[in-house]
Amino acid sequence: MKINDLFQETFAAVTANKVRSGLTMLGIVIGIGSVIAMVSIGQGAQNSVQSSIQSIGSNLILVTPGVQKGPGANISAGRGSATNLTQLDADAIKSTVTGIKAIAPEQSRRYQVTAKGTNTNTQVTGTTPDYLEVRNVQVDQGAFFATSQLQSLAKVAVIGPTTRDDLFGVDANPVGQTIRINNLEFKVIGMTVAKGGSGFSNADDAIYIPLQTAQRFLAGSDSVSTISVEAQDANSMADIQQQITDLLLQRHKISDPAAADFSVLNQADIVATASSVTGIFTMLLASIAGISLLVGGIGIMNMMLTTVTERTREIGLRKAIGAQKKDISLQFLAEAVVLTFLGGVLGVLLGWLISLAVSHFASIATKVSLGSVLLAFGVSAGIGIVFGYYPASRAAGLNPIEALRYE
Amino acid sequence: MIECNNLTKTYINGDDTTVVLKGISFKIETGEFVAIMGPSGSGKSTLMHILGALDTPTTGSYFLDGKDVSKLSDYELAEIRKEKIGFVFQAFNLLPRATVLRNVALPLVYAEVPKEKREVIAKEALVRAGMDESRFNHLSNQLSGGQMQRVAIARALVNNPSLILADEPTGNLDTKTGEIVLATFQSLSEQGSTIVLITHEPEVAKYAQRIIHIRDGLILKDERIR
Repeated sequence: MKINDLFQETFAAVTANKVRSGLTMLGIVIGIGSVIAMVSIGQGAQNSVQSSIQSIGSNLILVTPGVQKGPGANISAGRGSATNLTQLDADAIKSTVTGIKAIAPEQSRRYQVTAKGTNTNTQVTGTTPDYLEVRNVQVDQGAFFATSQLQSLAKVAVIGPTTRDDLFGVDANPVGQTIRINNLEFKVIGMTVAKGGSGFSNADDAIYIPLQTAQRFLAGSDSVSTISVEAQDANSMADIQQQITDLLLQRHKISDPAAADFSVLNQADIVATASSVTGIFTMLLASIAGISLLVGGIGIMNMMLTTVTERTREIGLRKAIGAQKKDISLQFLAEAVVLTFLGGVLGVLLGWLISLAVSHFASIATKVSLGSVLLAFGVSAGIGIVFGYYPASRAAGLNPIEALRYE
Repeated sequence: MIECNNLTKTYINGDDTTVVLKGISFKIETGEFVAIMGPSGSGKSTLMHILGALDTPTTGSYFLDGKDVSKLSDYELAEIRKEKIGFVFQAFNLLPRATVLRNVALPLVYAEVPKEKREVIAKEALVRAGMDESRFNHLSNQLSGGQMQRVAIARALVNNPSLILADEPTGNLDTKTGEIVLATFQSLSEQGSTIVLITHEPEVAKYAQRIIHIRDGLILKDERIR
């Protein structure tokens, strides 16, 4: 039997019972479609988590204070609340630890901020000009404060675009305006470029002021809430992390590393943790979708077995007029593969539409990768072969005499 | 052209052995129209399966066109059926949703005859089987029983077989239509086809040139009637 005759036979058989073929195919369509959609959503989530972690700066190591405990009391105010990390620690890190590209201590706290008739509650970060480099912040309008303004305790502020929207209105030019933080007047000298992001730790909803100004006028202490360190390259991050830990343990006179009153976080670790979480999530979604694909495959096998039984006499006739076993098994296998392959094509289309809809309505930038499409095609054709093989070999193995007698 | 020597067929089912054919020998020359007649259980169906290369005998030999078919494998039997045998069944066994032409051309598909040739050959066979050209593109399930059987005859003719085997071809037809179908076999025989007709009805068998009577797995009588 020639290949184009095989396809003609298959086409005739598949179209002979359109409703049944369609419903059977639907199982594969849903299976493949959900695998494609789930993988694309998972990958989209992974990409957006990674890019939002990386948007806070590259090769970043964060040093934060530990738990603050009152003398003799066991009341913990939570991690990061202690004030035992100081400007001096930052200076020591800068001068001692090797492989550092830039370092920016900061002191952040939320304040009520007012401008002419408007007010908002936002994160006020006292920091140094190196913050731009370390945290990957860029200035859109005006300028960031200079090192000289740190020493002069200048009351100047650089605001984020969201804060600008809240205080001055969308598209207003904030440079030169005055805002009041904690009833102190600050002059706005610049605005940062929008980074995107939402919820808490939104880099666009922030105000940056010189570190010394924040310590002196707002906090009243020279503690810092975070020291951001940028490594020269990704490979030296673990080493720098270790150097900082050793240095601070020594400075804070702590011998047991488990009792450290600070923590050193490595951005790569954060990305890896987040990636592994989203990866597991993707796997979970895909395997649930995979179960529906399996069910679809069993549907194909079920239909093919019914077809073989229904067409027993036809199989007997084909054998009587000279069809070989392989002609019969190929015919039924081709039928199963065509069903699953068409189902696969429609399924990829469905999955793609679902992921487009998710991108559009749920604002997760989903991405249907070529790999997952090829995998889906391979899997669907494979399902056709696996689940079509048994019915096809049953058809091929029929005894022609008995098949012709079958009622 | 067909030569059977001492054919036997024994079915073994557990401890139970059934001897269906007990030693059958005959010769059929090219162009003969032979009826094999016997009551049910006589072994005529088993004999037909062996003659049609659907089955092999337990012992004995069966020569078709000088080739011993009795010891062939399943694969080789299928090749013999493809090239040398045309079947006509009681139940017609047409593909229901296919056109008359496609049904007739089906053996040519397995014989890998080029597509453009198939239609020509199939039309010739349909004309020989007495089908009206206006129905060539009808679906086979829209035809009457007599027309269906003529399509089946055309399908049996289409690969130009050495032997046409008809198994109760009039069993599903009324007497009048049956007569027309049997007359079709007679005219094919006159054109040189070798035809073996299996039946239990004497009125059907009388259309042949020769009747082989079978009973209990043995030839009872082999008579030439015309």
